[in-house]
Amino acid sequence: MDGPSDLKKTPLHALNLSLGARMVPFAGYEMPVQYAAGVMKEHQHTRAAAGLFDVSHMGQVTVRARSGDNADAARALETLVPVDVAGLAEGRQRYALFTNDDGGILDDLMIANRGDHFYVVVNAACKEADVAHMQAKIGDRCEIVLHDDRALVALQGPHAEAVLAELWADVSSMRFMDVRACDLHDADCIVSRSGYTGEDGFEISVPAALAEGVCRRLLDHPDVLPIGLGARDSLRLEAGLCLYGNDIDTKTTPVEAALEWAIQKVRRKGGAREGGFPGAGVILEQLENGASRRRVGLRPEGRAPVRAGAVLATDPEGEDIVGTVTSGGFGPSVDGPVAMGFVSTSAADIGTQLYAGVRGKFLPVAVAATPFVKNTFKR
Amino acid sequence: MLKFTEEHEWLKIEGDVATVGITTHAAEQLGDLVFVELPEVGATFSKGGDAATVESVKAASDVYCPLDGEIVEINEAITSDPSLVNSDPQGAGWFFKLKLANAADADALLDEAAYKELVG
Repeated sequence: MDGPSDLKKTPLHALNLSLGARMVPFAGYEMPVQYAAGVMKEHQHTRAAAGLFDVSHMGQVTVRARSGDNADAARALETLVPVDVAGLAEGRQRYALFTNDDGGILDDLMIANRGDHFYVVVNAACKEADVAHMQAKIGDRCEIVLHDDRALVALQGPHAEAVLAELWADVSSMRFMDVRACDLHDADCIVSRSGYTGEDGFEISVPAALAEGVCRRLLDHPDVLPIGLGARDSLRLEAGLCLYGNDIDTKTTPVEAALEWAIQKVRRKGGAREGGFPGAGVILEQLENGASRRRVGLRPEGRAPVRAGAVLATDPEGEDIVGTVTSGGFGPSVDGPVAMGFVSTSAADIGTQLYAGVRGKFLPVAVAATPFVKNTFKR
Repeated sequence: MLKFTEEHEWLKIEGDVATVGITTHAAEQLGDLVFVELPEVGATFSKGGDAATVESVKAASDVYCPLDGEIVEINEAITSDPSLVNSDPQGAGWFFKLKLANAADADALLDEAAYKELVG
């Protein structure tokens, strides 16, 4: 394990400590797992009002065409992701996946069209590898810059719009997945209407030196509480969202991971820009014919949480193993355990009765639709 | 007689029966509990055996049997309402009563002053 001295700190480190955060190592950073309120209250507060998350460990990368034509950057990015980047309008963002030649997932990310460049947000644990991957594959055509000089915070929950509107009035006109530059009390920010909780909300990129000031203003609002990684995980799990490294990785394809919705028609078989991304052969074939396993939601029947690593069987003796849980825990808003995992396609229909191995016993779980809570995105 | 373990359990010993629970410090560290699994009455454990499991939103943790013995009573109230462990860990949030195989074993455990020193 990394000693504390080996861990990087986000620009909000001092603020986190002053807020009573319990810090843990995460993806090479010292990060707040929870604040004084605790995971349960932080989760519920985010769904009821607004929560502020320090996600500055994530990688913020700009991709700028050397030709000066942003369409060239779009074309270059399309060689790395099975996603319609060229059709992404200025001021809009979408979910994407870096794939490898086997059709596996190198990372999941958000891509925003910022007019004269693309702004990409990638996972903390993958950011150096992602930047190296982009440099190697499209560095001849694009200037790739990782912006460690910026913090990233998420303001999530039903009151997020009203809270942000008090700092910056124009926010109510933004729709889900809109991205805009904005000035939050003289801080030059990039705001997107998106998040990782299933709630309406915003992600805000702030110059590092001004991040604490912006956050203190947000936290001064009575509706806003700081929220740690613990509640971030239970919120995203209830929302049915994948965690890279747990639910998806280089051994899972987008089709196996039930992420077909991220692959627009134009990149599929018969589309105007069919294929042309790593692993296209495998992924396009799976889009047509399906894969042998699939990511599903799981609802344990009892109160016992079923956690990552638990095996899934079709019988209560645990003899016919058909899959594994990849994320699982307790959903405070569901008020019960929730999980997701990969199962054989034959066991992937909603309602299928399975049994999860927990401490030597096999507990009944049902394949369930996700999200486990209704999302409240402002579309 | 009140005793403690380095694994953050308390034991209230009356005769050869110990009422066992987790300390206030442990409950604070674990955070809000959402699930508790208790042993069955009649089960026997060696010191250090996995006697119970507690789960927070985030993680599962084992509660070790603090001494050799047999479970003679369990606190069903905490399985139906795990939050009792958070609200009253050293009272209504007790876990089980253990009939000690050898009551003298308890002498080697920490007293309250030593435990307080341990957790600072």
